[in-house]
Amino acid sequence: MLRLTLRNLAAHKVRLLMSTLAIVLGVAFLAGVLTFSHGLDRTFSGIINGSTPDGQVRPTNSASSAEASRPGAGGAATLEPEAIERLRTLPEVARADGVVQGAGLYVLDTDDKLVSSSGAPTLAFNHTGTPNLLGEPSLELIEGSWPTGEKELVLDEATAEKAGYRVGDSVTLIAPQGETRRKVTLTGTASFNGGGTAGAQLLIFSTAGAQSLFTEGKDVYSGISLTAAPGVSQKELVAAANTVVPKGFEAVTGDKMVEESEDAIGEFLDVISVFLIVFAVIAVIVGAFIIVNTFSILIAQRSRQLALLRALGASRRQVTTSVLFEALVMSLVAATIGVLAGWGLAHALAAAFRQAGLEIASDVLVLTPRTIWISYAVGVLVTLAAALLPSRRAGKVPPVAAMREDTQPPARSTILRTSVGLVLLAAGLAIAAVPRIGVPEISLPGGFDVPTSPALWVGVGAGISILSVAWISAFLGRPVLAALRTVSGALFGMTGKLAGQNAMRDPRRTGATASALMIGLALVSLIGVLAASMNASISDVVEEQFKPDLVVQSPTFTPFPTSIGDEMEKVEGVATVSRSQIAQAVVGEVDLQNPKKNEVAFLFGVDEHLSQVYDLDVLEGSEDLKPGQVLVTDEAAKEHDWRLGDRIDLTFVSGRQQHPQISGIIARTQVTGDITMRIEDLVTAKVPREDASLSIMLARGADPAVVHERLDKLVEDRPVVAVQDKDEFAESIKGQVNQLLYMIYGLLALAIVIAVIGIVNTLGLSVIERTREIGLLRAIGLSRGQLRRMITLESVTIAVLGAVLGLVLGVLFGVLLRDALREDLTSLWVPLDQLAVFLAIAVVVGVLAALLPAIRAGREDVLKAIASE
Amino acid sequence: MSLTDPAQREIAAQAIDLHKTYGKGAAEVRALDGVSVDLYAGQFTAIMGPSGSGKSTLMHCLAALDKPTTGEVIVGGRKLGKLRDRRLTSLRRDKIGFVFQAFNLVPTLTAQENILLPLSLARKKPDPGWFDQVIDTVGLRPRLSHKPSELSGGQQQRVACARALVSKPDIVFADEPTGNLDSTSAAQVLDFLRHSVDDLGQTIVMVSHDPVAASYCDRVIFLADGRIVDELAKPSREEILAHMADLQARAMGLAPIGDGA
Repeated sequence: MLRLTLRNLAAHKVRLLMSTLAIVLGVAFLAGVLTFSHGLDRTFSGIINGSTPDGQVRPTNSASSAEASRPGAGGAATLEPEAIERLRTLPEVARADGVVQGAGLYVLDTDDKLVSSSGAPTLAFNHTGTPNLLGEPSLELIEGSWPTGEKELVLDEATAEKAGYRVGDSVTLIAPQGETRRKVTLTGTASFNGGGTAGAQLLIFSTAGAQSLFTEGKDVYSGISLTAAPGVSQKELVAAANTVVPKGFEAVTGDKMVEESEDAIGEFLDVISVFLIVFAVIAVIVGAFIIVNTFSILIAQRSRQLALLRALGASRRQVTTSVLFEALVMSLVAATIGVLAGWGLAHALAAAFRQAGLEIASDVLVLTPRTIWISYAVGVLVTLAAALLPSRRAGKVPPVAAMREDTQPPARSTILRTSVGLVLLAAGLAIAAVPRIGVPEISLPGGFDVPTSPALWVGVGAGISILSVAWISAFLGRPVLAALRTVSGALFGMTGKLAGQNAMRDPRRTGATASALMIGLALVSLIGVLAASMNASISDVVEEQFKPDLVVQSPTFTPFPTSIGDEMEKVEGVATVSRSQIAQAVVGEVDLQNPKKNEVAFLFGVDEHLSQVYDLDVLEGSEDLKPGQVLVTDEAAKEHDWRLGDRIDLTFVSGRQQHPQISGIIARTQVTGDITMRIEDLVTAKVPREDASLSIMLARGADPAVVHERLDKLVEDRPVVAVQDKDEFAESIKGQVNQLLYMIYGLLALAIVIAVIGIVNTLGLSVIERTREIGLLRAIGLSRGQLRRMITLESVTIAVLGAVLGLVLGVLFGVLLRDALREDLTSLWVPLDQLAVFLAIAVVVGVLAALLPAIRAGREDVLKAIASE
Repeated sequence: MSLTDPAQREIAAQAIDLHKTYGKGAAEVRALDGVSVDLYAGQFTAIMGPSGSGKSTLMHCLAALDKPTTGEVIVGGRKLGKLRDRRLTSLRRDKIGFVFQAFNLVPTLTAQENILLPLSLARKKPDPGWFDQVIDTVGLRPRLSHKPSELSGGQQQRVACARALVSKPDIVFADEPTGNLDSTSAAQVLDFLRHSVDDLGQTIVMVSHDPVAASYCDRVIFLADGRIVDELAKPSREEILAHMADLQARAMGLAPIGDGA
């Protein structure tokens, strides 16, 4: 039996190759994603470990690292040089280096444009030479030398390259405070120990240089890096240091800092990994469909041979086992290729992320035993599970079939399957529709709560429905196929009709093939509906809330100096400039022991013009906001049990506390925070003054276009900020939605590629099966072109069936999901134009899938075809 | 007999010194070894011979399904050797009719659709009078809307015959059309082919090794070892049987000293 199995594999190389491809792609995607996530993880932990010293002295209440790292500007407390000297006298301390960190600094490229960043932070600090907790240098110099002078700078390699700077060049920086621009000399390039920066921009100065930028030139520091003396543990070091650090600061171990950083970054990495793995799972599921189908067809074609084996004395079990063994060998080969391809894919993904600015060192993209193990397990198990049903069918072939002329098994009753499938489909639809009626609060014994998230209900319902539709696609597809046959018959005459008939010949096969495409298109159109609804909702919100004529903001939502607003107020045609600033503060009690338990709120600082520009929806009290007062949203009020007239406790990063009174309760808007207060109060709280956005009203009769142009000119040399009117503002937000959308489409494209392979497979096998029929048609006058057209039309019919089922399901569940998320997605939009494009893509997919089988059928020797037995 | 008198008959298809070899060197098989024959219009001709005599190959070459290694085939006055696939296809569609031993019908189409298939492929409308005449001769009017799986073997072959005739071809080739049928069904099919020649004026060439089938023909050509060895005009079943036994004996007698063909 074993030898026969291997012979079978060898005999159907091409056919198996195609179905193997489906597993290969699925496994490759999975292995690639796992390798990539692992590499990402390694990159970050490498950077964190490689750049953390044995110990660090930092402000006690580092609720917000961004705010805390801006010393000297009147915000957070700073350390005097004496504090460092005191630490240096301790026997446990080998080195103590003063650290000066800053934020809000930007690099301009050689064309004076802002160097784009991936959203990873810009880290600006002084070079101290403190070794990391492994005793190695934290930074590696790649080229040139470390900065020594006040006007010298070292950049990370990627930023230097992107900006077009070489060592020795003069680099333009935009500083947030005081002077707007500063020119410094690039003395070298560097990276974190272990390579890569994970997309962060590194701006490394000398201590004097960092102080001149961030501490107004004063000799003060934002923290101190500690290196333990030989034989001193991190804990001993920190315990000793804590006896001398000034009030408001604490020493923490390197291990603790690593842990904190990894906690913070871990969440972000998990999101990326889960996101990618979801698509890998989709690819594997689609691949499984194709395997089921291919094996079913192969077994149907081989039923005579299998019957002969049975007649010669092979047991039912031997036949089943031999088919399963065939699947096993196939899956092992496919998983091996898939794992290798996955390794390549991980490098491709890393290259794509590198393009986006997230540098991932390629030496961490390795196949770990875990990745290999998981990939093989998934590849083999999915293939075996997919081959299980067809193999049992193979065992059921009766010996007498060997003697029968007709090798096609009689069409079995599908009533049971169809009715079970319809019941499942109804159940799936019912589950998905639950949120429309209201999610019930169900508690199961044992304390298990049934999830109450409406989106989850829709998601589960959608999953069940899509799979049950795939299962009974033979039944549901019939009317679609009949309609398609009529259409192609009307358009292409007899060739079209034959194609339509062929697609209907084995509805189950056609349905299973179309299902793979259906899953892909259902997801694509579901995402399409959600994205279109999101864009429509954004339009609504902008329409409703964008009241100013123009808004000035940074594209990366980073704050900018107030001087911009000052200058804009003077521009002709500008009537009012309403400013707003965003800050953070701890609400309520401050827990010094457990900083994580502190509740940090975003505060919006606004000026007296706010209520002139925006119509706030005031639920209680007044929209008039005076210093010492706050406006809170109804949600925040409910959460904290705040009432009009209450005083709330706020503790700012500087340590200052305020107790403003609630003067109004308002509905949530985009221009106010949970807590909104006057900018004057932020200034009192020692929050450095800068603007997050400016809302501009034009003077009566001013030409918006002209004023827009004047303001554009004003910020021309300040690439940090952009002036936008209502439409530009909406487009910029939608642009971000669309970017995510295209990324998802890109990942789903893989599922569609696998589906195409499925169609190629089915068609190829059908062509082999119908060799004689094709020969007959050719003999009585079907031209090669007509034959190719016939096969192409059959392929298009299958693809369109998948598309129609997929689009219907996708739109249905997109609408239901939008409904479940109606609080955020306030309006529904079904993108008919996009859906039409998807349908067109399905037609193209059909045409492409038919290319190979059609050419192959066309080459078939007419005579051989008729003579083949 | 006047029917076999070349001077009085129009030639429907002609083979001139056909050679067809398969394989190379020691494995070379000469399926046709210099066959020249004229097939006359309005006649029912049978090509007979033992297995491996080359009769099927000859028919495939004459019917533009296969190309001879050397030699020339002329059908309806056109030399096939020079034609490209597209012209050959339209020639098969418009000038030639086919009836095969099995697998004659497209299973997804009804009897009527199968009959009209060559015309619909050419996007032509059938001549209603001729269609009715063919259908009535074949006697299948009540079964026209049936799928092939709902027809008996004999009915399926008669549908195939009707399809071969519906485009009024210059010549119809039938490859063992009764090979899979019981004797009653076979007789019906042969009767129908005979009628087509006598009443509808068609030209039919049939490959067969069945003497009964050949006895319906106007002319029987005997092939052995890729060569035409003999022919009979309007023979009876007994004459054919005797002739074949003779051929068989000669083949067996010649085999030991034959040239290896």
